[in-house]
Amino acid sequence: MRITQGCFSFLPDLTDEQISRQVQYCLEQGWAVNIEFTDDPHPRNNFWEMWGLPMFDLRDAAGVMMELNECRKVYGDRYIRLSAFDSSHGWESVRLSFIVNRPKDEPGFRLERHEMAGRNIRYTTSSYAADRPEGRRYD
Amino acid sequence: MDLDTTPMTDAVNLRDELEAVGIEEILSQLDRELIGLKPVKTRIREIASLLLIERIRKRMGLTSDAPTLHMSFTGNPGTGKTTVALRIASILHRLGFVRRGQVVSVTRDELVGQYIGHTAPKTKEILKKAMGGVLFIDEAYYLHRPDNERDYGQEAIEILLQVMETQREDMVVILAGYGDRMDKFFASNPGFRSRIAHHIDFPDYSDDELLDIAELMLRDMNYGFTPDARAEFVRYIALRKKQPLFSNARSIRNALDRLRLRQANRLVADLDHVLTVDDIRSIEASDVLASRVFRKAGKSAEAS
Repeated sequence: MRITQGCFSFLPDLTDEQISRQVQYCLEQGWAVNIEFTDDPHPRNNFWEMWGLPMFDLRDAAGVMMELNECRKVYGDRYIRLSAFDSSHGWESVRLSFIVNRPKDEPGFRLERHEMAGRNIRYTTSSYAADRPEGRRYD
Repeated sequence: MDLDTTPMTDAVNLRDELEAVGIEEILSQLDRELIGLKPVKTRIREIASLLLIERIRKRMGLTSDAPTLHMSFTGNPGTGKTTVALRIASILHRLGFVRRGQVVSVTRDELVGQYIGHTAPKTKEILKKAMGGVLFIDEAYYLHRPDNERDYGQEAIEILLQVMETQREDMVVILAGYGDRMDKFFASNPGFRSRIAHHIDFPDYSDDELLDIAELMLRDMNYGFTPDARAEFVRYIALRKKQPLFSNARSIRNALDRLRLRQANRLVADLDHVLTVDDIRSIEASDVLASRVFRKAGKSAEAS
């Protein structure tokens, strides 16, 4: 199951050229672009790991693309996303985030039904990938 | 100036092309504002012409590899290396060979870390900032410390070399430094020498050129020499040149700053005087003559 989070996720995967144009847009808005990766695709997993530091003061997307390619070399079998942080007063938050790399095979989610007192049901989604230990989820 | 969208052509009017790019304006500004430096200007003109032709070739579909544009500037202190680097950046930007045209100026401190594992991220961060523009490394020979083989400078050099080779179209690296030490640096890092296409040597300024520079700087600051002061300043330049630690235009700039100081002091000393614009603008012979350079010269003349 192809997970959909952030911008553009209902579109076909962006090419490098398209990613680079999006990054350039972010830089021109004065946002700092970050690279994050994870192997836990749960939608409530807010805390992805960062690849290096946020990249402030860049002028050209080539710098971000260089880091992204480095990150792909190491974590090419995981999810990688770019997020753009707007530090201007009043925003001070992420303005754009999109997935730029995903594992070849995405096993999807299992729905668990917890039967509670009085025929109530609580639902939990958990990723099949997360059944395996961290770092070996997409071997 | 998007090269991809311009239609393919087979005839190009060179004059129109030159005007469209606005390069002539920068070159003539270079001629006007930088005094002397004949060989440097000729070389820049040559590079600009090459780039212009390269641009046209691209539009005609006669593609060749992106030209290597990395440069090295060698010359004594104060000969205008940094100033020229800024101009080169805007020339390259107008011709579309760098995408953004910013100049990131760094020295060893900003590239080399202090402990293991510190250098690579530091160097890469600078490289990322310089992408799309020009990376100007001042006193580049400090990157290489031959006496310490565990120096982290070597790591920075390796990263630099790699990016200079693989991302040639993303940025231009300019190394600058004093002539003899740069030669030694290149001798011990042959990789650098071969990756740099343009070696430009900045000559020292002659006395006349230094005087022109002084007058140009004064004009920019809205000051001017009186005829007497000008004559004294000619003597000042000749004397200052013989002293140690003379650094061309930079020494002149410092001398001018001291002149302004003395002029202000002289004006303030006489509170009853009603000042005119001319008084405030002009630097007089006494301001120049108060310099330490003359006193020292006088002493040595007496001694001998």
